Amino acid sequence: MSPDFLLFLIIALVAVAAALGMLFSRSALYAALFLITNFGAVAVLYLLLNAPFLAVVQVSVYAGAIMVLFLFVIMLLGAERLGRDPETATMRWQRPLTITLAVALIVQAVYVFATRASAAPAVAEAVDAGPLSIGKTLINSYLLPFEVIAIVLLAAMIGAVVLTRDK
Amino acid sequence: MMDSVTPYVLLSAILFALGVIGVLARRNALMIFMSIELMLNSANLALVAFARQWGQLDGQMFVFFIMTVAAAEVAVGLALIVTIFRARRSTNVDDLAQLKG
Repeated sequence: MSPDFLLFLIIALVAVAAALGMLFSRSALYAALFLITNFGAVAVLYLLLNAPFLAVVQVSVYAGAIMVLFLFVIMLLGAERLGRDPETATMRWQRPLTITLAVALIVQAVYVFATRASAAPAVAEAVDAGPLSIGKTLINSYLLPFEVIAIVLLAAMIGAVVLTRDK
Repeated sequence: MMDSVTPYVLLSAILFALGVIGVLARRNALMIFMSIELMLNSANLALVAFARQWGQLDGQMFVFFIMTVAAAEVAVGLALIVTIFRARRSTNVDDLAQLKG
């Protein structure tokens, strides 16, 4: 078992444990903190996958901005006091069915990967994925999506301001 | 160093399935939204894994755009949830049944 794989295994366990903690936590605040842990673990996985720029963007945008927004709204709405979802009566048979079907999906995915892994092609040589390369690729090959993303962000800003404005 | 990226893709599938459980089994709108973010994150992980396998940067560019779109979506979605909460004092999605029947 190479050190790479061992490190991957530890980080993957942290990520899955944090996701499970988010699913089964008693309050939305704990769930948000578990999700931040999950994002941090995935950022380390990006480092293992030769994506250092994306790892930093993941920590600063996903865990540092999106989850902070979530925490703001959770504390604004007082959702940390709401506790467990009270209406188990409305979902008596759907919840076990959901969990059963998702576990079946995971088992099938593990089976397919375990039996087909030998057919995967070899991993290519690692390319330079620092900010300079990302920037060059962005401006050379992805200029149109870059401009469209700017418009998407502008629309989101306008939408957020309009939706929360006092009439 | 690394034989294949299959373990990463498998982890992405597992996280995606956990996100699906969160979306389907929770009634709080904020919890559903957080599970959607978990699903987006797992898709990002799969894309970066495949970018590593083929030695290209296109997968990472895709992830960059997905992160940006996710940020915009979270901003607008949370603004919507705050507005709904102001009107109804509840984040339970079962209460949003005005279009029913």
